[in-house]
Amino acid sequence: MPSEERSARFVSREQRELRRELLIEPLAELGLVAMDGPADPQPSLVVEKGRVIELDGRREDEWDALDHFVVRYGLDLDVAREAAALDDAEIARRLVDVDVPRAELVRLSRGLTPARLARVISMLDPVELMFALKKLRARRAPANQAHVTNLKENPALLAADAAEAAARGFAEVETTVGVSRYAPLNAIAILVGSQTGRPGVLTQCAVEERLNLRLAIQGLVTYAETLSVYGTEPVFVDGDDTPWSKAFLASAYASRGIKVRFTSGGGSEALMGESQGKSMLYLEARCLSLVRAAGSQGVQNGSISCVALVLAVPGGTREVLAENVLAAWLGLEVASGNDAIASHSAIRKTAKLMGQFLPGTDFVTSGYSSMPRYDNMFGGGNYDADDLDEWLTIQRDWQVDAGIEPVGEEDALAVRERAARAVQAVFDAFGFPPITENEVRLATTCLDSRDLPDRDRAADVLAGDRVLAERISGLDVARALEERGFPETAAAIFEMQRQRVAADYLQTSAIIAPDGTVVSAVNDENRYSGPGTGYRLEGERWQRLQQLPHSIDARVLGGAEGIQNAVEELHVASVGDRSDEVVIAVGPAFGGALAETINGLSHRDVLAELVAGVREGGAEPRLVKIRRSSDVAFIGHDGARLSGSRIAVGLQSKGTTLIHRADLEPLDCLELFGMAPSLTLQSYRQIGRNAAGYALGHPVAPVPTVLDNYARAKLIVRTTLLHARETAEIDRLAPPVELRLAGVPTAV
Amino acid sequence: MGFDPTGDYPLGARRPDLVRTPGGLQLRELALDSARIDAAELRATPETLRLQAEVARAAGRVQLADNLLRAAELAPLPDETILEIYTALRPRRSTAAELEAWADQLERWNAPATAAFVRGAVGVYAERGLLAV
Repeated sequence: MPSEERSARFVSREQRELRRELLIEPLAELGLVAMDGPADPQPSLVVEKGRVIELDGRREDEWDALDHFVVRYGLDLDVAREAAALDDAEIARRLVDVDVPRAELVRLSRGLTPARLARVISMLDPVELMFALKKLRARRAPANQAHVTNLKENPALLAADAAEAAARGFAEVETTVGVSRYAPLNAIAILVGSQTGRPGVLTQCAVEERLNLRLAIQGLVTYAETLSVYGTEPVFVDGDDTPWSKAFLASAYASRGIKVRFTSGGGSEALMGESQGKSMLYLEARCLSLVRAAGSQGVQNGSISCVALVLAVPGGTREVLAENVLAAWLGLEVASGNDAIASHSAIRKTAKLMGQFLPGTDFVTSGYSSMPRYDNMFGGGNYDADDLDEWLTIQRDWQVDAGIEPVGEEDALAVRERAARAVQAVFDAFGFPPITENEVRLATTCLDSRDLPDRDRAADVLAGDRVLAERISGLDVARALEERGFPETAAAIFEMQRQRVAADYLQTSAIIAPDGTVVSAVNDENRYSGPGTGYRLEGERWQRLQQLPHSIDARVLGGAEGIQNAVEELHVASVGDRSDEVVIAVGPAFGGALAETINGLSHRDVLAELVAGVREGGAEPRLVKIRRSSDVAFIGHDGARLSGSRIAVGLQSKGTTLIHRADLEPLDCLELFGMAPSLTLQSYRQIGRNAAGYALGHPVAPVPTVLDNYARAKLIVRTTLLHARETAEIDRLAPPVELRLAGVPTAV
Repeated sequence: MGFDPTGDYPLGARRPDLVRTPGGLQLRELALDSARIDAAELRATPETLRLQAEVARAAGRVQLADNLLRAAELAPLPDETILEIYTALRPRRSTAAELEAWADQLERWNAPATAAFVRGAVGVYAERGLLAV
């Protein structure tokens, strides 16, 4: 074969979305290895006179700043002594043992070094990892976080999107800026929007620390997850931080009432060129040990922005899941990634998603793009507004709560408009550049920010400066809304200010319910201990998550009420004596309880075409209704036994058709047209002609049929319902009756 | 009534009597239409952050508790001071003496846990080349 010959199938596969991505062999020296890297250290912990002198194979004088920090603040030496007596497999087994409680495992983790944590976790297979995650999640019920941004930084659209996200049940809403001077306005827009959609939603504006602290002090944001940490010292220092500076910053945020979540994730060290030849999972174990040592309540991890790099190496998806499990094991709140685009392939990225989606995490995504991907300024949009129906349907399929609730179009429009109007009122109250009626209208109904007019950006950023200069606070925003006739939003924003006084939301995995109750791992801890325990999607919540706007009441399908009968019953049918006769035998609901086929052809038209076809073929049609069966084989066979030529057309009410002959077994036949949805009136006419051909003994070419492999997926529900209607009409003892087309005076 | 860190959380719902604004107002006194309230009142006091630290500690979260204790110490300090200390702790910004000076200053501000934390960095920074040269 000439070498330029190609397989058309290989060429076809090369065009698939998946193939835009590179898959690579592991390259450990560059850190491009998921777990168990050849240069990962052997776990060790040597304690002398109450002091750690060796950690994971390195003596004290070889430690970097991360080692020092973890040893000083992150290890419990009493637990370490206990853990030293357990072998790795025993600890791994406990992670998936329903009888070992989460609290005990979290306690045990306090005595394990990063290398040991990585080693134990790497012993779990994917399903074990998912099970461990379900067991180890800190908060009893999972939740989700939304991204809300738009490229025009339009405040009405930000508010509308935040409101819809809140109404959909997202517990946190995160925004960011293209231009940092927009931060105060964007923070206000999502605060107003989110509290209009559902009181209690936590919000953040991802900006530089100084600005973020200011926004926090002014009560405009409530959480931050911008504190990135890395698993090697050079990358950490390149990020212009040390473990001490990051931990200090965490305390600073907490002092201003900000819930803090660190960010880490596999692949970042390799991307920055300083992996030190270590595996992604081992470096993440170092990060997470440090995150806990720094006193963060939680972490956003699971590779986050480098996810496509992790997925390039073998075992990448498993490694990402292992990171989430490790974080949960350390007792941290986990916002489990799924925000950055993991793959061009919908199949591949959703296969990855299931690792977090099915067990449930504190935040299944650390940013679901609640608007179309075009407007996502985080480089995110792994799942976006267009994917919502799929997400909701997959929750419904698995009976799993992944933190998003259905909202109908009317409700969505209403809440979006309310939020856009509220932020319009706030802008007016403070003398910011006006938000026009047109902007409100388009923010309510648009696809994305391209549909909105451009704003005066220079004027907007000056307004942003004023928020900082005049110290316009969350309280001021609430008061403005109260004055302008938005009492509910005003009350919700005020409640968020009031929450700052008690600061309950600083605890692990905290979110705030619409009634203002703080729900966290302290008062609503995950205590899963086997079937029937822990969080299950059931009761009212399950009812709510299964009633999707695009699901319908099965009873409305397939009805024929109010349609006049297509046929009239004459008398009991007898066996015909004409040798040129073709019986057209229909099912018990035909032209009565049902009036059309599955693809909407009226029974009257179908019969008329069959009759015409039989006549064109030179035979004489006779119409008969079979009442004892709804099965097309028996309908056709019974018809054939009545037919003078021994040939009949059998026709179910949903349109499935065959040509039968009396001497064949009922389940055999001459021609079967099982694909009713693809049958046209012309097909039925041709079927009639063919039946006549068989009756008269002419050579017959089978009627060509179309194959549609999606027909089943598309129509199986309708098929089932139509067939149920036909079956309900069966009278087992009733003999066949002869018919005529209604309104036609003579027989046939 | 004493404070039970395992049973009294959330404080806002279960022990509002223990929570005060910086100006001494109780949670129930906080209303949107109350003219007495300004934005500075709507934040956690050091005392409240200490109670939250106790809650975290009772739940077995030692480091989160220590973090919240440092937060309690930092709560009264101005933003600019906090940002200065943060900057001082970033790589190669400070000499050992400068970090020690911050630690001394924090002690004077009645922030002993944060002072010890800053002091704890000095040796490691010296060893790892993270001090200003």
